[in-house]
Amino acid sequence: MTAHAWTLAFAFLILGPLLGALLAGLDRILTARMQSRRGPPLLQPIYDVLKLFEKDTLVVTSLQTLYLWGFLLFMAISGFILFLGGDLLLSLFALAVSGILLCLAAYATNSPYSNIGSSRELMLMMAYEPMLLIVPLGFFLVTGSFRVSDIIAGEPWQVLELGGILIGFLFILTIKLRKSPFDLSSSHHGHQELVKGLTTDFSGSDLALVEIGHWYENVILLGWLYLFFAPLGVAWALPISLILFFGEVLVDNTHARLKWAPTLRLSWWVTGLFGVTNLVLLSLFA
Amino acid sequence: MPLIALLILFPLCAGLAVLSTRDIEQRENLVRWLAYGLGGATLLLALLHFRTEPEFFTLGQGLTGALDNLFMLGGIAVSLYLLYACRQIKGREWYIPVLLLVQMGLMLFVELAPEHPVVARPFYLDSFSVLMALIVGVIGGLICIHAVRYMHDYHAHGHGAQEAKTTCPERRRRSFFFMLFVFLAAMFGIVFSNHLLWLFFFWEVTTLCSFWLIAYSGTDEAVRNGFRALGINLIGGVSFAGALVWLTHGPGLHTWELDQLVAAGSALALIPAVLIAVAGLTKSAQMPFSSWLLGAMVAPTPVSALLHSSTLVKAGVFLLVKLAPVFHNTYAGLLLSLIGGLTFLVTSLIAINQRSAKLVLAYSTIANLGLIVMCVGIGTAATLWAAILLIVFHAVAKALLFLAAGTTAHLIGGRDIEDMEGLVYRRPALAAAMLIGILGMFLAPFGMLLSKYATLQAFLTVEVLPLGGVLLAVIIVFGSAPTLFFWSKWMGKLVAVPRRPQPSELPLPRDEAIALFSLAALTTLACALFPLIDWLFIHPYTGSLIGAGLIPALDGHLPWETIATMSFMLAALFLLPILFWLRPPQFQASSGYLSGANVDGSASYRGAMGAEREVASRSYFLTDFIREGMLTRVGLLGSGCLLILMMLTGAIR
Repeated sequence: MTAHAWTLAFAFLILGPLLGALLAGLDRILTARMQSRRGPPLLQPIYDVLKLFEKDTLVVTSLQTLYLWGFLLFMAISGFILFLGGDLLLSLFALAVSGILLCLAAYATNSPYSNIGSSRELMLMMAYEPMLLIVPLGFFLVTGSFRVSDIIAGEPWQVLELGGILIGFLFILTIKLRKSPFDLSSSHHGHQELVKGLTTDFSGSDLALVEIGHWYENVILLGWLYLFFAPLGVAWALPISLILFFGEVLVDNTHARLKWAPTLRLSWWVTGLFGVTNLVLLSLFA
Repeated sequence: MPLIALLILFPLCAGLAVLSTRDIEQRENLVRWLAYGLGGATLLLALLHFRTEPEFFTLGQGLTGALDNLFMLGGIAVSLYLLYACRQIKGREWYIPVLLLVQMGLMLFVELAPEHPVVARPFYLDSFSVLMALIVGVIGGLICIHAVRYMHDYHAHGHGAQEAKTTCPERRRRSFFFMLFVFLAAMFGIVFSNHLLWLFFFWEVTTLCSFWLIAYSGTDEAVRNGFRALGINLIGGVSFAGALVWLTHGPGLHTWELDQLVAAGSALALIPAVLIAVAGLTKSAQMPFSSWLLGAMVAPTPVSALLHSSTLVKAGVFLLVKLAPVFHNTYAGLLLSLIGGLTFLVTSLIAINQRSAKLVLAYSTIANLGLIVMCVGIGTAATLWAAILLIVFHAVAKALLFLAAGTTAHLIGGRDIEDMEGLVYRRPALAAAMLIGILGMFLAPFGMLLSKYATLQAFLTVEVLPLGGVLLAVIIVFGSAPTLFFWSKWMGKLVAVPRRPQPSELPLPRDEAIALFSLAALTTLACALFPLIDWLFIHPYTGSLIGAGLIPALDGHLPWETIATMSFMLAALFLLPILFWLRPPQFQASSGYLSGANVDGSASYRGAMGAEREVASRSYFLTDFIREGMLTRVGLLGSGCLLILMMLTGAIR
């Protein structure tokens, strides 16, 4: 591991939330423009979180804060491994642990809305986990390694070989980013059926932790997307992955929310149709 | 050798001693001390023989002959006892005595053969069998200690059936611990026997013990399930006996020694190995033979814990791991893996449907064993490494979970996961034990992560049939998602804050506390020190197989950074709660959100007509989405076809 890799990893730890906040701000501006609104300033998400820290924190049980810290910690570990050029599978497992801890935090409060929110979140995890796990497998078949540093050093045309997996990944990226039609575990608006779902009973600094965790998560997901194009060089890879990333905003604004059963069925079908087929073809012709 | 003899004889004598003690309290004390002694003896064995090369032991001519006769007569006695027990069979269970007779006939055909292979080295010891002995001795011992108090309450609460109460419960109770100890003795026998006929005898004894223990309560349901377990295990027994007939009378390989069978390789040994693998599949409750393990849930919890963690099902996978070199790089091996994979996928999905804690545990056991079988069928150093680690993690974590579930059921009076809501607040120590068990079963950086890591890598580099490896990897990918769902759902119930205080005054009994905390500590240690387990027991075993040229040289081992990162994550998971406990944040407490209509904290709200209504929310079981019946049928059909295919490809080879 080079000094460069360590710098990048620590840069992620410190600057990751900042970058994530910018992505979130850009997302809000884009959404507003699509709805013919002006939208908030770019730094609005940061203002929001700073304000959350100023507010009183009410908890149903003090343990919920513990689980939330765990969520944030494992999210940071996942990103750290990714940006260090480490093992993609490990990064994925840390991401899963982090997701489970977030659900536990919501379960711990035991209000009906949090309960349904976390149950739905778990169902979403069940929906996207297979596809997310297939991504490293695809990279392994192409480059012979689970290591991010080896994947980056791969052949420029690996994205073509992994076309199906890329499509599958973009599909579940919508779920991971909590975008419509798959935003069924928590909603942006407190007046909807689920109130705020998963985050109903978090407030003040607890809610700020969740927000920061999501900023980290968005950067990690952007990193995963970047990996597909990484061998093309930064000049190509970064713009392409950013465009695809913000393509999700368009999807968000043009779709209504689905129920959990179609979501689960649809994502497993997409995983099977694109992800698995891609893997099978790779193993046959590799 | 003396130690091996001690390990087999000690539990046997212990059982007899327990059987002859009349006084209940005296008997309970005796069981405690004997269990400690047993654990100590296996620890001693492990201390003397870690990192050992395979050692074989010869016995004197006279002793071998005597033991031969003894085990032959013993085998007949076991069969006769089971035949006698068959007087209780009903209607569709007629096949059980038939299987018994067929098996007995086959065995006599083998044993009375005019010319039979001579066994020079009837016992052996290698680092894998030492590890298994450690699991059987230590975990089995702890389960016995838990059972002392548990069975006391079990009878006091009147779980036992009316029939059992009227027909001399005292004798049955005494026999209970006798059977537990005999079970452990037979397990040691399986683990150390190189003589296949003797191994078969011990195999039969475990079948007998499981039948007796499952039917223990004497209710009609228990007896029926006991017979189902017996019937299915006998299918395996007949298949095993068939393998012995092949090895005695068949063309080609003639041997009664396990190591020679394994060393013969797939060209010579595939047919008997496939037949023995069928026996292994029945014991380790793989589809299509999985139903008996679910039926076994009617037994008292310590019995379930014993069957699931350290004894019966582990005997099956133990033998499969031993035979793995034969399966390496064959179609039969790939099909074996697929049977395991299908079992893993189907039972992981079905587990989501289950409400009862014991049933969730049972399905997850079958799923986990499926994962082990998947590894075994591929049979490379990396997958064997994963399989053995899975056996270890599953043994400790599952024993812990079963015992914790049993104790919880006694203390709070409910077997459903829904009843365990708020256990972290109601019974912190018990909940901690259960959470450690769940973490040990599936969450990163524990058991499942390591094994998944190794298996995915191994599957993608498998050579038999390029598609086969990808198929197995995809099975893991789709099977681990439901695993995540049902375990997290369970943890969610445990960590939920109770809406009303639910005090429970019953103290945690001392014996149960000892067993639970030892197992929790063992699970944690196993996770933290798994590289040590690897170095002490697994690496020498795979190393000796590689040295003998039975499996290809080690490739794609876990890089050290991966292990370091995992250890770091594990440490983080433990340090965070400690830090939190040292410096808890001071936040204002509030009640859960009920649209602002809370009446009594989080517990009730003002409903539509102004009436006060209790809050209730339940978990998702997805019964419309995942249909248990249909999935079971698909699983049975698919695995049945795969099984037949496996036997066919074994025969064609």
